[in-house]
Amino acid sequence: MTAGVAITRVSRHYGGAKALDDVSLDIAAGEYIVLLGPSGCGKTTLLNLIGGFDAPDTGLIAIGGRSMAGVAPKDRPTTTVFQDYALFPHMTLAQNVAFGLRMRGVARGPRLARAAEMLALVGLTGAGNRRPHELSGGQRQRVALARALAVDPDVLLLDEPLGALDLKLRRGMQDELKAIQRRVGTTFVHVTHDQEEAMAIADRIVVMNAGRIEDLGPPRSVYLRPRSLFSASFMGEVNRIPLTADLPFAAHLGGQKGTLCIRPESIVTEPGGTAEGSLGLGPCRIEEITFFGTHQRAMMRVDAAPDQRLTIHLPQNVVAAPGQTLTLFAHDYVILEA
Amino acid sequence: MRALTWVYLAVIYGFILLPVAVLVVFSFQDGRLPVPPFQGATLRWYGQVLADRDLLAALGHSALVAFASSGVALVLGFLAAHGLARVRLPGSMLMRGLLIAPLTVSYLIIALGLLNMFNQIGLRPSLLATGIGHVVINLPLCFAILYAAMGDHQKSAERAARDLGAGEAQVLWLVSAPMLMAPMAAAFFLSVTFSWDEFIIAFLLTRFDVTLPVEIWSMLRSGLSPKTNAIGSLVFLVSIMVVILLELSVFRRQK
Repeated sequence: MTAGVAITRVSRHYGGAKALDDVSLDIAAGEYIVLLGPSGCGKTTLLNLIGGFDAPDTGLIAIGGRSMAGVAPKDRPTTTVFQDYALFPHMTLAQNVAFGLRMRGVARGPRLARAAEMLALVGLTGAGNRRPHELSGGQRQRVALARALAVDPDVLLLDEPLGALDLKLRRGMQDELKAIQRRVGTTFVHVTHDQEEAMAIADRIVVMNAGRIEDLGPPRSVYLRPRSLFSASFMGEVNRIPLTADLPFAAHLGGQKGTLCIRPESIVTEPGGTAEGSLGLGPCRIEEITFFGTHQRAMMRVDAAPDQRLTIHLPQNVVAAPGQTLTLFAHDYVILEA
Repeated sequence: MRALTWVYLAVIYGFILLPVAVLVVFSFQDGRLPVPPFQGATLRWYGQVLADRDLLAALGHSALVAFASSGVALVLGFLAAHGLARVRLPGSMLMRGLLIAPLTVSYLIIALGLLNMFNQIGLRPSLLATGIGHVVINLPLCFAILYAAMGDHQKSAERAARDLGAGEAQVLWLVSAPMLMAPMAAAFFLSVTFSWDEFIIAFLLTRFDVTLPVEIWSMLRSGLSPKTNAIGSLVFLVSIMVVILLELSVFRRQK
């Protein structure tokens, strides 16, 4: 089963602090949504509101068209994968996974069969008789996922589910989460502060900051066409160039005001043939260059505007040294209001 | 230096255990008085103890009061600890303080207070009155132990249970209580030993059916006898068994 979530003009305050400020968001049934932002941006508050662990001060949350106002967590069509897994230490894995079905009055036989099936789904076939303390962090994470999915929720909430795992394991689990979501078709709402994780798994990313939604869309558009300076910086490294009339390329931009944002890997030494054409940045001098494996990272100074520095990524095979001058072009640039 | 530490250890254990050792040794005294010199071993006094109906009845009463009052104190302490750990109320610090307060009041004062109150409501001195008194002294203990044992881990497991559809009673019975098995057993057995040894409250709040400490006291009024040593040894044996049980059931499992 799967259902959409409609969040309409929701606000939540804690004392004087605004955790959520007039947030509206529509999540389609079966979508994988990632709420992304720094700590304190309101992403976890929003997840708690959907799960029913907290109630909004104003605004409405509906799941599958049904208003969730006054509905307790146990009666919502949602389940949660908690950051600390929150497994029941005194139960076997099978009992953990079957707990939700037990609460729904499913008989012992069918619920243990379902638990075995769910454990198999997350790659823990035959581990039903083991106990949580015997498992590694990654395995506990899988059990928590199986437990939450066993009751066939309409919406699955994941609260920084990979936060406690080491980097390598985290990258592996991302692919698996996405694959499992495709198989079960449930709507997933996943909270994280890791933008690489968000891009790897999301159908749509919701970038949040200070209780508001800064940006939202598929990973490609949020990364390449951010709608705010915050979103541009949070998604990855970016060169910010305040547009002033004396910049040589300001004329090409039709005299627009704001900040020109260009990703380091979007600056190249050839004019190239992208759809919108590329923007000539003119000659720039290399100040520093370092080999990074997949690319070379260079700090550049723009000849026409000596105060302006750029960080760029050059291919591995370019032979360059500090002091040398390169003519640079930018593609996939955006101009954002400050 | 090394030898000194061993000497220190021996002195400390001697200080703690010598009185008990003397008690046990003279319970086997083949003579009328439990004082040196030791005149040879006999099991006569143990035979007398086990043939004494009043003593055995008192032993039964003590066990009944200890287990029943500890059970009640454990349940009430668990519910109070769970409630105060979960809900943040304006007066929760005051409430915690009030719950623990009886620990600081002497048993004599508690017993006098209970005696007054039971008189007013017409509850006669009895095993029930003593049991209630023991709940009063053991509830703060159970509460303090269980409250300290409830951490974030517990809270998040309870939250997960609610998320998966458990009602409050199911959360308590299927998640909270089983997760606290070890501290609950510790609180229960400590309460049992405190109730088992308790004299003042039992003395003031019993009349015809008495507990073992009260029975021993009334025997002592007719003078020292190796028989009282034999009772003391048996009581000590029970305490030792409770400690061993505690060690096996609680502390072993935590490793």
